[in-house]
Amino acid sequence: MEEKNSFVREVAEKKYEYGFTTDVQTDIIDKGLSEAVVRLISEKKGEPSWLLDFRLKAYHYWLTQEQPSWGHLQMPEIDYQAISYYADPTQKKADDGKPKEIDPELMKTFDKLGIPLEERLALSGTAVDAVMDSVSVKTTFREKLQEKGIIFCSISEAVREHPDLVRQYLGSVVPYRDNYFAALNSAVFSDGSFVYIPKGVRCPMELSTYFRINARGTGQFERTLIICDDDAYVSYLEGCTAPMRDENQLHAAIVEIVVMENAEVKYSTVQNWYPGDAEGKGGVLNLVTKRGHLRGRNSRLSWTQVETGSAITWKYPSCVLQGDGSQAEFYSVAVTNNYQQADTGTKMIHIGRDTKSTIISKGISAGKSQNSYRGLVKVGTKAENARNYSSCDSLLLGSTCGAHTFPYMDVHNDTAIVEHEATTSKISEEQLFYCNQRGIPTEEAVSLIVNGYAKEVINKLPMEFAVEAQKLLGVSLEGSVG
Amino acid sequence: MSAEQQYIELYQQCREMLCHHSAPALNALRQQAFEDFLRQGFPTRKVERYKYTDVAEAFAPNYGLNLNRLHIPVNPYDAFKCDVPNLSTSLYFMINDQFNEKAKPSVALPEGVIVGSLKEAAEQHADLIEKYYGTLARTHKDAINALNTMLVQDGLLVYVPKGIIVERPIQVVNILRSDVDLMVNRRVLVILEEGAQAKLLFCDHAVDDRDFLTTQVTEVFVGENAHLELYELEETHTKNHRFSNLYADQARYSTAVLDSITLHNGITRNRTDLTLSGEYAETTLNGLVIADKQQRVDNNTLIDHRAANCQSHELYKYVLDDQATCAFAGRVLVREGAQKTTSQETNANLVGSKEARMYTQPMLEIYADDVKCSHGSTVGQLGDQALFYMRQRGIPLEEARMLLKFAFASDVLHTIQLEALRDRLHYLVDKRFRGELNKCEGCKLCK
Repeated sequence: MEEKNSFVREVAEKKYEYGFTTDVQTDIIDKGLSEAVVRLISEKKGEPSWLLDFRLKAYHYWLTQEQPSWGHLQMPEIDYQAISYYADPTQKKADDGKPKEIDPELMKTFDKLGIPLEERLALSGTAVDAVMDSVSVKTTFREKLQEKGIIFCSISEAVREHPDLVRQYLGSVVPYRDNYFAALNSAVFSDGSFVYIPKGVRCPMELSTYFRINARGTGQFERTLIICDDDAYVSYLEGCTAPMRDENQLHAAIVEIVVMENAEVKYSTVQNWYPGDAEGKGGVLNLVTKRGHLRGRNSRLSWTQVETGSAITWKYPSCVLQGDGSQAEFYSVAVTNNYQQADTGTKMIHIGRDTKSTIISKGISAGKSQNSYRGLVKVGTKAENARNYSSCDSLLLGSTCGAHTFPYMDVHNDTAIVEHEATTSKISEEQLFYCNQRGIPTEEAVSLIVNGYAKEVINKLPMEFAVEAQKLLGVSLEGSVG
Repeated sequence: MSAEQQYIELYQQCREMLCHHSAPALNALRQQAFEDFLRQGFPTRKVERYKYTDVAEAFAPNYGLNLNRLHIPVNPYDAFKCDVPNLSTSLYFMINDQFNEKAKPSVALPEGVIVGSLKEAAEQHADLIEKYYGTLARTHKDAINALNTMLVQDGLLVYVPKGIIVERPIQVVNILRSDVDLMVNRRVLVILEEGAQAKLLFCDHAVDDRDFLTTQVTEVFVGENAHLELYELEETHTKNHRFSNLYADQARYSTAVLDSITLHNGITRNRTDLTLSGEYAETTLNGLVIADKQQRVDNNTLIDHRAANCQSHELYKYVLDDQATCAFAGRVLVREGAQKTTSQETNANLVGSKEARMYTQPMLEIYADDVKCSHGSTVGQLGDQALFYMRQRGIPLEEARMLLKFAFASDVLHTIQLEALRDRLHYLVDKRFRGELNKCEGCKLCK
């Protein structure tokens, strides 16, 4: 018992590792949202008029909508006028006319986060787009990728340099009318990554974006657009952290992925936004729309997510399986502790023939948290031979947390086979006893069992991420056993 | 004019008449129900629990109501031929929402047991009805409850006092009979006191080829150590609209088996809310739906585990054909403190045609950690291999399909504990699959 207490104390004192702030001069626009703000953001980014029109249309649509409330979440009220919609930490250097250099403070920040922006220091095989607040700080390995015709840059640059591509695909997967937060994002989105993989190219390295919220009183509204042309392949990683603050910061992003014939995209996320303190104060509200459109024949898309952070996570990375024979996968581990709330899952919309989808979701709840899986599998009338398998398991650690499953299955075709199964339980006494018997202390045994439980998903992550994810899983759950 | 308007006006104009032909215990809740209905209106499909059924559409047509309680001349024994034979039941009839006093079984019930008109019971045993009536089916959150409570005039009471065991199954046949399109508001109250036991079988039939709209609100109280089996069988026609809300509350150590079988219908929505409010209660909730043509069946269930050490088993199976549209939404809620809960929920669906649609939504909502809960759901077709195997052995394709469908449905039928009823249902289901269900002799409902 003594040992257990000391362990708990040690963990209770453990802090969110990425909770520091960077002292860097940041150009933040005034708080509030209005048409003028939308125009100002567009102007700051020097955008063409079609994009401004897109933003304004989205803004006016957003005004007509109400924030949805169907999630199994206790949402704090969001005051959209109390948020600054644009914060640029790179502004200082850009003013004096010299070529843009990165503020050493920023470099240090990303170093501290383990994301070196110097190419020589970088892990081999990963190109990074580092985004702080509203602006992309640097994108590494751009030239090397360009040799193969791959475009990897921030979306603002893409608007300037490849306007035709952006114009063709932006909003084609997630239209601005899609939902409340999508409309908001479409109106005020700032940076995010843009990836284009040309026909037949296999991207030689992992592409990755690292999102960081730094400035106080801001929200992050990034937008990522990935286009994978015929027979191409790309693996894309996304990571995120934020400082510890006692206010809720809003993160409303959109990720759009277009997958063409025979192409394959793997999208992995390790989400570690600040989850708020042990009393549930502060933390990031992570309200994200992610969707992939499998347009071509035999295209493949795989979402893998490890959700450990955020006070509130509300997202459903989805797939529209339009191309005949397309395949989609969704692997998710969502961990909630303390007062965290997650309502996450996926949507698989089968439109084409012979389409297949797999959903593996693992929820782990501890503390006073609420963890929900919500998923939709829809089989359209023309989706002959569609096949879906879903499995969602929940693990409960503690008697004050909740685990919920809300699967929706809409089948409009008689050749479809759709299966869903779910279980909810706590760690079995037998397993713990077995470990104890062999001299493994309870905490360690729990960690072993949890890791084993999540393994199916973590195995799908690229190597570097898998290690991080495993560590995160350990940290997020520490102190929840006892 | 919105769909609600005609009911609001009806109530405002006929309040006196409604009350006059009913009992004070039922009238007591009427005004509150009206206000609740006025406030809510019909739920739209944006309301999660009504996602799959358009209520306003079903209630929009102008139905007649028998508010003056005119006696409908019908001899139930003539109208009703599809009896469950060999099952010696105590047989009662309800014509629309009126309890038929004339057609009563010859065998007397054990002392103290009441099976009869709710209105009469409310007059004779007002304190009993007041204690239970409207306590589970609250009107402030459900418009169907509100509408039923505000318009209901009569219904059925089944009361089994403490420690009494009713050996003989009680069968109540609901017959819909009318010369005009008719709306029926029926109320059922089932009370089993401590240690009581009863088996109930409710059969819904429609005799006339008219449009019927039924709202039925059933409140079931299962006392400590009591045991209830309640089987509901719907065998109506395609012009029938049924909105049934069943609420059950189980006390400590009680057991209940609730089966709902929809063999033939028009539009059916069954809402079943079960509350396990005492420890060590056990509940089994099963359903079988066979739907074709343009039939619509929407089963929406909630099993609410409020106490620790309870068990629930839920199994729903659907067989869909033609343009049938069906939905199943089953929610299992395990509240904080309901430790050692065991819950298993299964929903399996056979979709037999291109135009048939199935929506399924098995949900788990769990706030306690020491539980074992699982759910499974499938939508699919008959196995090719099994069909091939049978054809190889000389069974024609149609026959093979039938056999497999029958086997699929049998899982639910096996859970029926009344042997005679189980056999009879096997026979009915078989006939249903062969398209012969409605060809039994004598019935006017056969089409």
